Amino acid sequence: MAPIGRKPMGAMLGVLPFFAYTTIFLGIPTLIVVIGAFVDGSGHPTLGNLSALAQPQIVSAFVHSTVLSAVTAVLGAVFGALLAYAVSTASEGGLMRRLVASLCGVLAQFGGVTLAFAFVATVGFQGFVTLWLQHIGIDLAGSTWLFEPYKGLILVYTYFQIPLMLIVFLPAVEGLRPQWREAAETLGGSTWHYWRHVAGPILAPSFIGAMLLLFTNAFSAYATAFALISQGSPIIPLQIGGTLSSEVILGQENVGKAMALGMVAIVAVVMTIYVVLERRTTKWLGR
Amino acid sequence: MSLRAARRRKQTIFRRVVVGLIGLFFALPLVGMVEFTTRAPGGGRTLHTWATLFDVGAIDADYPELKAGLLASAGLAVLTVAIMLVMLVPTMTWVRLRLPGLRRLVEFVCLLPLTIPAIVLVVGLAPVYAWVAYFLGESSLWLAFAYVVLVLPFAYRALDAGLSSIDVKTLAEAARSLGAGWPTVMWRIILPNVRTAVLSAAFLSVALVLGEFTIASLFSRDNLQVAINLLGKRDSSLAIAAALASLILAFIVLFAMSFVGTSRRSQRPEES
Repeated sequence: MAPIGRKPMGAMLGVLPFFAYTTIFLGIPTLIVVIGAFVDGSGHPTLGNLSALAQPQIVSAFVHSTVLSAVTAVLGAVFGALLAYAVSTASEGGLMRRLVASLCGVLAQFGGVTLAFAFVATVGFQGFVTLWLQHIGIDLAGSTWLFEPYKGLILVYTYFQIPLMLIVFLPAVEGLRPQWREAAETLGGSTWHYWRHVAGPILAPSFIGAMLLLFTNAFSAYATAFALISQGSPIIPLQIGGTLSSEVILGQENVGKAMALGMVAIVAVVMTIYVVLERRTTKWLGR
Repeated sequence: MSLRAARRRKQTIFRRVVVGLIGLFFALPLVGMVEFTTRAPGGGRTLHTWATLFDVGAIDADYPELKAGLLASAGLAVLTVAIMLVMLVPTMTWVRLRLPGLRRLVEFVCLLPLTIPAIVLVVGLAPVYAWVAYFLGESSLWLAFAYVVLVLPFAYRALDAGLSSIDVKTLAEAARSLGAGWPTVMWRIILPNVRTAVLSAAFLSVALVLGEFTIASLFSRDNLQVAINLLGKRDSSLAIAAALASLILAFIVLFAMSFVGTSRRSQRPEES
């Protein structure tokens, strides 16, 4: 009855490479950020980095990032869920479903530089939509709307949020059994009753969970905004990037780490709620 | 019956409208890229940019950074997948066989990168990479160490699904009782049985590595996305064409992957 392993120390050796690797490339970096946030340039403990977060440009970057992520999470979740439901009514294993799924996989992962270029080519100063709008009398060419966090960035971020929502939410929609709808109809329920009392409550936890995932996705995004915005750092990842690549003021060497810690704190709260919701979802959709 | 037929008709209309409208939103920027890269100087259309992009000699001579970036990304993709598989598959198998108590911890560590944005990882990795550069040199290839961390959550989920679908313990015990050593168990028993999971973990990693920009850019290393971004400052038309080409490449990889997954499922229809 003894398990195969009688030498636990010997067995532990088998997982040593994994834990050594993750310690060096995940554990130590995390510690550097956490500890660095509380020490000054010469290694003395300080709370100065945290109080430096109160600088107006950093506060506004945090606000911009949070609002941008929240708005695009809601937009992406709503349109992505509609798309997921529409796709789920198509025949399973059909070409359309496969095509939409692969396309969304690419568009969700492949944001960044490509996406920024695509939007510049479309609605930038020389983009064909801009030129066409000019043609019919709407002049956008003089405006910098594409590069502002609450206008252009919302549009561009929504472009990668919708596909991600489809990927995350499609399994939940597919978990809805046709029998449930038939049962509701047998009992005399209308389409509204079905959505209000059956499908809605079942999908709600996964919908909110997916929305939280979308929030962290937008909150962490760096490349798209970097490639799009050449002046200023309106969102927090760009602010952190700025502290790495340019000269920093004496005494503020570790403010970047404090900002990074702030980001991790916000993402950690959101992800915790996500994990709790995830557990609840699994119960109903039987996955 | 007529109720169901009516609903199906309604669903078809709903599906076409929604997919059509959202599809239009998604098509516009892609059309924009095609339109922008085929503009001729005097107005009209030309394929000159695309001809340049696929002319290996011209790219080699005039745009060495693009070639260097592409090669670096290809090397990074291979190295990342190799490290990820060599580290993760044996560890996850070993934990299932001998250390089931550690499973939660390994899962937690693997999913941890989801809560740490890449930009935060860069901040913490900077001193670590100073050591990497000291011991191994400045090559872009060593970015693979950081990329493995980025792909951990996705690779873990794919491999975990694969390992859950086979009886690792019985297979390993059977092989061991026939005299196989651990390397043989790994290479000839476990690996062939989780082929699909390994493939999908590898494809996801390749897609992620080909699209990675943040870490490479902030550490001033070369990869495809950094090269494309740099090229955008010099020849925007060619940069946009290169970006679109890399997007299409990734799409082909993922579309091919969707067939790999189903062919296996259809082989064993008696399950589930």
